[in-house]
Amino acid sequence: MHLHLAYPAVLAALLFCVGVYGVLARRNAILVLMSVELMLNAVNLNLVAFDVWLRDSLHAGQALTLFTIAIAAAEIGIGLAIVLAVYRNRGSSAVDELRDTAESAAEEPDPAQEPRQAKPSQKAEATA
Amino acid sequence: MSPAAATAATAAATAESHGFLSPTGVEIAFLLVGLVTLGAAVITVTTRQLVHAALWLVVALGGLAVEYLLLTAEFIAWVQVLIYVGSVVVLLLFGLMLTKAPIGRSPDADSRNRPVALAVALLAAAALVWVVVDAFRTTVIDLDGAAQGSTDVTGSILFRHWVLPFEALSVLLLAALIGAIVLSRKKAAEDTTASPATDPHEDAPTPEGDR
Repeated sequence: MHLHLAYPAVLAALLFCVGVYGVLARRNAILVLMSVELMLNAVNLNLVAFDVWLRDSLHAGQALTLFTIAIAAAEIGIGLAIVLAVYRNRGSSAVDELRDTAESAAEEPDPAQEPRQAKPSQKAEATA
Repeated sequence: MSPAAATAATAAATAESHGFLSPTGVEIAFLLVGLVTLGAAVITVTTRQLVHAALWLVVALGGLAVEYLLLTAEFIAWVQVLIYVGSVVVLLLFGLMLTKAPIGRSPDADSRNRPVALAVALLAAAALVWVVVDAFRTTVIDLDGAAQGSTDVTGSILFRHWVLPFEALSVLLLAALIGAIVLSRKKAAEDTTASPATDPHEDAPTPEGDR
């Protein structure tokens, strides 16, 4: 019984690109976290496939996959805590409304959530 | 996909005994489950209903667990089911609920740079698939013999060769736990009556924090 290495490799590449699209296109921070999970899973599939192909005696790929899964669980916990803190302070979890450190403040004047006193300093930085 | 298909065809011509045109049962199963996984992932990143995205993520992650089983990595498959499907998706659903995600269709689920994201993703997919197929079109994984990822093997190598990273990872998990508690606890000035320091359930983000 055999399996071409191209199948898991191509599936992992496509899943990673789906995750890239989700990270770039989604607006809700929790959906961005879901896309990050998809990217991490694509990397895990690559690690497992190459570990099985190479028949590594240390099974480094599988050990690294377990570590990646644990780190992803920690990452999702911290990420959700940050998203909840942002939501509590701003009343929104949309990533493109968090524009306090944006370079150009003239692009889109945003309602109520943004601190107004940040604008003169930003203008000063932009002209300097 | 046309250069990928072309290179796959040439690979089928060059591979002497195992071609892409005579797939084995494992390859057919891998392909079908892979199509389901990829479709679920695409729906996850494109649907406008936020809760449905989390539920389609369950399908994608479960499909990946089946792929791990087909690659004879049993232990990782069950860890995937336990941690991802069991806890990460539940955490994501909790996050959606606590941020008051709208039930039903939300028209602003995608940001304005969606065409740019689509272009970047398609370019990256074309480049990666081309390179990967070109590199590995004649490489074959031999799945005969003992399973390489059974619990016996994985436990043995994990506690024989990878003990120090394993313990360091437990320290990292502890740090992440403490960090999540610190981030999600309320300020002491906000409620002096509730005495949040003695609340045993404060690691779970409470819905009172959203008010």
